[in-house]
Amino acid sequence: MQAELKNLSSATPEQPIEISGSQAVLEAFIAEGVDTIFGYPGGAIMPIYDALYDYHDKLKHILVRHEQGGIHAGQGYARSSGRTGVVFATSGPGATNLVTGLADAQIDSTPLVCITGQVFAHLLGTDAFQETDIINITTPVTKWNYQVTDANEIPQVLAKAFFIASTGRPGPVLIDIAKNAQLQKFNYTGYKKCDHIRSYRPKPIIRKSYIEQAAALINEAKKPFVIFGQGVILGRAEAEFKAFIEKAGLPAAWTILGLSALPTDHPQNVGMLGMHGNYGPNVLTNDCDVLIAVGMRFDDRVTGRLDKYAKQAKLIHLDIDPAEIDKNVKSTVPVWGDCKETLPMLTALVDEKKHTEWLNTFHTYTKQEQEIVIDKELHPASGEITMGEVVEALNELTGGNAIIVTDVGQHQMVACRYAKFNESKSNITSGGLGTMGFALPAAIGAKFGAPHREVVAIIGDGGFQMTLQELGTIMQAEVSVKMLILNNRFLGMVRQWQQLFHDKRYSFVDIQSPDYVQLVKAYGIEGNSIDDRKNLKEALQKMLDSKDSYLLEVMVGKEDNVFPMVPQGCSVSEIRLK
Amino acid sequence: MKQEYTITVYTENQVGLLNRIAIIFSRRKINIESLNVSPSEAEGIHRFTIVISEFEEVVRKLCRQIERQVEVLKAYFNTGDEIVWQELALYKVPTDEVAEKLQVERLLREFGARAVVIRKDYTIFETTGHREETDKLLAVLAPYGLIEFVRSARVAIIKASNGFHEKLKEFEAVEPASELIENEFLNKQAEVFSM
Repeated sequence: MQAELKNLSSATPEQPIEISGSQAVLEAFIAEGVDTIFGYPGGAIMPIYDALYDYHDKLKHILVRHEQGGIHAGQGYARSSGRTGVVFATSGPGATNLVTGLADAQIDSTPLVCITGQVFAHLLGTDAFQETDIINITTPVTKWNYQVTDANEIPQVLAKAFFIASTGRPGPVLIDIAKNAQLQKFNYTGYKKCDHIRSYRPKPIIRKSYIEQAAALINEAKKPFVIFGQGVILGRAEAEFKAFIEKAGLPAAWTILGLSALPTDHPQNVGMLGMHGNYGPNVLTNDCDVLIAVGMRFDDRVTGRLDKYAKQAKLIHLDIDPAEIDKNVKSTVPVWGDCKETLPMLTALVDEKKHTEWLNTFHTYTKQEQEIVIDKELHPASGEITMGEVVEALNELTGGNAIIVTDVGQHQMVACRYAKFNESKSNITSGGLGTMGFALPAAIGAKFGAPHREVVAIIGDGGFQMTLQELGTIMQAEVSVKMLILNNRFLGMVRQWQQLFHDKRYSFVDIQSPDYVQLVKAYGIEGNSIDDRKNLKEALQKMLDSKDSYLLEVMVGKEDNVFPMVPQGCSVSEIRLK
Repeated sequence: MKQEYTITVYTENQVGLLNRIAIIFSRRKINIESLNVSPSEAEGIHRFTIVISEFEEVVRKLCRQIERQVEVLKAYFNTGDEIVWQELALYKVPTDEVAEKLQVERLLREFGARAVVIRKDYTIFETTGHREETDKLLAVLAPYGLIEFVRSARVAIIKASNGFHEKLKEFEAVEPASELIENEFLNKQAEVFSM
């Protein structure tokens, strides 16, 4: 069998080699440079798993504990490595368990190729055991999906899948393979990567006139302001972006998915946008004269009330996805294209400037925010531990070099606000979908995607309990993930809203936790729990020093709130500091 | 102001694409008033004709969402005056009733209708035209024991269009960019950025 495997790359149309559909799937992975698969076997995908048995030295398979964990791990892998995540699941429930992760990857533009098993083609539509119409279920949450019923299609379809997932605006692709196609022997003629699909244009054509108009606007601007998103990271355009803002002297603020594209201590990095973002970037969105949006999509959590959003400003919108242009906010100059290409063209045309006074305006707001919010959050003198001081202590110990994976809720906002990052692809979070339970499996994947880097998952007590079955994956795969639970004994973000907008009617937000230290111990993972700030740094250091996975639970203030906050239905300039 | 738009979508012929396009409307709770799928002037390329009532801004965004789909080549939207369109209607009526009480000849002349089938028990008329025209004949036939009525989806030709052949060549070209883009960073695309 081994000898046979080696020869497969020599297959050509003239000299085909007979193999099974399952082998063709794995050959495609090898040709695409896949090294890790996250998956869970089951009846309808058994032929692929059988073939995988012979590929175990070439393809690492991580057995997860639930398919949702598998796909989130695939997402974490993709986000930390910049490559396409690969996931296996069986038909029926295995496939439907992928749906949350697909929706998350679709809205956060994460490249994934998911393979699901399907019942024999002759059983399609008969309500066969573990049959579900996964193609139609996943159509709204995939960039592309396809059902294979004949093994001959497999090489081309997988080539298309990898091409579509990773190019243009990336996204998840699902390939559903009927069991007969997995078993079917066919004449394999070799694997050819896909580089063109006539109906699919990953990059819109760049129009030079728009670049020129954009540059003219920037050059005339007195108060230009850059807001950037994940497009900079997905386009691998961090260096181009930095060169652009540095030459034109532009203050730049990020969406949470754009975080880490520009180092947090860069002098022109003025902070975070949106509902729990920084004071200056939100207020000054409604004061700037030219707003330059790079690879971001004006989510409602970023814009607040749309009819009061940056009405005074001229808008330049750089995006690779034409559907994003004018979707939420009307642009003055739409710069369609890959920002890897458009940013340098723009940089070449903009004047070298400093905008010192304008940049100082941001600092004035930072000072106010510092006094009213940040100092208390990061350096509280007494009382319960705050989430902010945990993140701040972590910053000191990691120097901003760790990958931080966050779940969803208060801890996510605090971590994004205060975590320091030196390197791109370091902040991994569920932004668009807001999927609680994302962080633990995503952190596992992130570690496989960037094995040389420290991965710290910051998770709330609610989110941790949604996917804690993946502790089993950590145990078995012996992957080193640092789990930092910020436990406030509440579903904190919902509680905060109930406090602020529902007269403190705390409806079902009081959540109990197991003894996490005992829990991880059962999985052979070391853990610790602290509630006294004098132990904080030491406990964090111990967590970071651990070679293996480690869980640290920090008891934080039960009813602490995240501020500043743009209340729903308000304009970004109505942001509240308390 | 909401008005009637005819959306023309050129696509690959692919299982499941109808669903992908349909959910773009249903997700936004927009009702599709008429939908037709047929071959187009270009070989192997299918053509969807979709009629909805919406604001221009909404229709423009819908078309961009449709074009995002991997198997869609192009989506156009037009108002009624920019297209020539037709719908086809079939009417099944009892032959006795019609023969006795209606002046069939007048019917055929006035409404541009023709009889497709004439049997002892029933007759089927057919007419094509705009909605008002097919509706008018319906109103005339209704009192005479109309057995069945069916109207097809709209098909439309865009007046200003030169057809899809040239556009298709553009899509088939591997390199869509006509101008060379100079960028010192492009050669290092694969390198992971680090500080």
